[in-house]
Amino acid sequence: MEGDPLLEVRDLRVYFETRDGTVKAVDGVSFSIEPGETLGLVGESGCGKSVTAMSIMRLVPHPPARTVSGSILFQGRDLLKLSEAGMRRVRGKQIAMIFQDPMTCLNPVLTIGRQIMEALQRHLGMTKRQARARAIELLELVGIPTAAKRIDDYPHQFSGGMRQRVMIAMALSCSPQLLIADEPTTALDVTIQAQILELIAKLRREFNTAVMLITHDMGVVAGVSDRIVVMYAGRPMETADAEVLFSDPRHPYTMGLLHSIPRLDEERKERLVPIQGLPPDLISLPAICPFAPRCTFAVDQCRAGVPELRLVELNHYVACIREITKERYAHAAVATSS
Amino acid sequence: MVTAAQGVTTTHVGLAQPLVRIDRLHVHFPITSGILLQRRVGAVKAVDDISFEIWKGETLGLVGESGCGKSTTGRAILQLTRPTQGKVYFGDQELTALSGEQMRRMRKHLQVIFQDPYSSLNPRMTVGSIIGEPLQIHRMVSNRAELRERVQELLRTVGLNPYFVNRYPHEFSGGQRQRIGIARALALRPDFVVCDEPISALDVSIRAQIINLLEDLQEQFHLTYLFIAHDLSVVRHISDRVAVMYLGKLVELADRKELYQSPKHPYTRALLSAVPIPDPQLERRRERIILTGDVPSPVNPPTGCVFHTRCPIAQRICGAEAPQWRDINGNGHMVACHFAQPGPEPIALRGGGGAL
Ligand SMILES: Nc1ncnc2c1ncn2[C@@H]1O[C@H](COP(=O)(O)OP(=O)(O)OP(=O)(O)O)[C@@H](O)[C@H]1O
Ligand SMILES: Nc1ncnc2c1ncn2[C@@H]1O[C@H](COP(=O)(O)OP(=O)(O)OP(=O)(O)O)[C@@H](O)[C@H]1O
Ligand SMILES: [Mg+2]
Ligand SMILES: [Mg+2]
Repeated sequence: MEGDPLLEVRDLRVYFETRDGTVKAVDGVSFSIEPGETLGLVGESGCGKSVTAMSIMRLVPHPPARTVSGSILFQGRDLLKLSEAGMRRVRGKQIAMIFQDPMTCLNPVLTIGRQIMEALQRHLGMTKRQARARAIELLELVGIPTAAKRIDDYPHQFSGGMRQRVMIAMALSCSPQLLIADEPTTALDVTIQAQILELIAKLRREFNTAVMLITHDMGVVAGVSDRIVVMYAGRPMETADAEVLFSDPRHPYTMGLLHSIPRLDEERKERLVPIQGLPPDLISLPAICPFAPRCTFAVDQCRAGVPELRLVELNHYVACIREITKERYAHAAVATSS
Repeated sequence: MVTAAQGVTTTHVGLAQPLVRIDRLHVHFPITSGILLQRRVGAVKAVDDISFEIWKGETLGLVGESGCGKSTTGRAILQLTRPTQGKVYFGDQELTALSGEQMRRMRKHLQVIFQDPYSSLNPRMTVGSIIGEPLQIHRMVSNRAELRERVQELLRTVGLNPYFVNRYPHEFSGGQRQRIGIARALALRPDFVVCDEPISALDVSIRAQIINLLEDLQEQFHLTYLFIAHDLSVVRHISDRVAVMYLGKLVELADRKELYQSPKHPYTRALLSAVPIPDPQLERRRERIILTGDVPSPVNPPTGCVFHTRCPIAQRICGAEAPQWRDINGNGHMVACHFAQPGPEPIALRGGGGAL
């Protein structure tokens, strides 16, 4: 970790006012991304990953949302304080985003080429000809065969994997310093997922683009991330270098996730060890550790307040007051499952 | 689970009977054009000439990429979609020869659990009536009190509070709804259940709960499963044997251990190598087989071997001639590839040995 981070999110809290009450979608998220680094953001459905990403892009509608606290420093400037015009210059040019479902972001009545050229003409002031030539280059870069021919196709003429490539080509068109990829492969098959992950890794090697990769798949983050943030109920539970997170996890939730999924590289287990109970309702969350109701190791103190991230090793933070290790977890898991 | 696995070992020496037998099954969906006069202009070959058996008490995993025909296969076995050609036997009954009415009576033996716990439950019915409906239709209960008792017992079986009978589906989480769907499928005490991606729509932290539940129920009620999924790690965990499908065809089918340790078809190998593994060091060292291109359309499948357009080892013959579906090791390891070689040859995931 040297130099200034490219992006630094500090104590971000984004709440939604709904008829049923306040949804604390993001409730105290902090992390940073160095230039050229890949950060994996993992967590299950509804834990606040997309709201975090959309907050960086300033694309969360206010209302119903309310940004209650926090700052998002990008190259030292707080994005939350930028004017809408200032933000438009950042969006797409310095920070680009790709979404889970590319079809919702591509305009069905415009050709693929027009859509890529639009950003090039707007942000980089290219002429139509230059933009078209560059668009073909970009499509080739992301592995669309016979790009010069396919550029005049419409989105529905492309498969899901090809559309995701187009999204990546569009995101790269202005050489952003940060690419936010929100579940870029969740809708895709494993063989196509492997192609897209390979492509993201290549961008990083060739252009030193920093990447924030959002997924619920522990396997996907393992392969491509330098650092990982594990989220639960709007809060980070654990943050560590990728290798450390998998070899020496310290949060019972992280361990629970790793234990409950069958893995191809291990001997087949007779029985999986599930995490008991259900994810919490983000409305009216009590001020306790959000994982405590499902945690085997919870003690009274876990329900006395919301644990903050604390440093347990160099660059390794955990929001848990207990000292739980992988070995203790495995031991307890065997005891409860038999 | 243990008993089911042992059951399968014995089937290989020919002791057990197949519960379900699929013989040259085809499901082609017509593509028509024209508004008044519907002309048939082609067909989606969703399932194209597949044959396999499902042994009593086993879990047969069916994997393959989106659109390859997994759900259609499941639906065609249950006669929810009538096959275009081919036969399906349940025990010694030929389901494909039954009339609609006869099939309705068979239905209690054959059930399905759907992928989407949100859309598969009628939002206007209470949980009690959702689970109780099949019991009434098939006259499995004689009065209201008995119905209520059965429903509550089913709720308990799938790990839900019996007190929930009067609630509506929207009051439940995805995992709970999936349990309701399982309770409904079990209500008639079926012998055979098609589980069509039963955990894909669930939160990661509750998937293991449902997998364990399905395993417990299998043991308790001696169920036979066709388990459809695209997650190869989950399929390895739950299945006794695994079938791999590509573009309407079966490309490989083998005992779990053998399929994962020595896959014979290049597509199976590519699928296995693409599964992300939650171990950064291993992931970085791993050799991936990255397939080029996309899955072709089932309207116009490639000639010869359907996989040849993406296959890393394809030769001229592959585009010309469809490979035979053959038993390569003489032990029921079926594969359709011109270049598949017999023998064990484990693939290495972890450095040297195949620690699968
Ligand atoms: N416009 C909105 N109004 C009300 N609540 C919202 C809104 N958008 C998001 N939320 C809530 O905020 C929480 C976080 O949502 P978010 O989309 O960030 O989850 P996620 O981690 O991306 O989940 P997934 O993996 O399903 O994409 C959820 O509980 C969601 O219901
Ligand atoms: N009723 C139908 N009419 C026409 N085509 C259909 C119909 N049902 C399925 N298909 C087509 O048949 C093919 C196989 O579909 P199927 O749903 O069986 O795939 P699958 O393997 O279950 O995919 P997934 O993993 O996405 O669920 C697809 O090309 C699909 O578009
Ligand atoms: Mg999301
Ligand atoms: Mg399907």
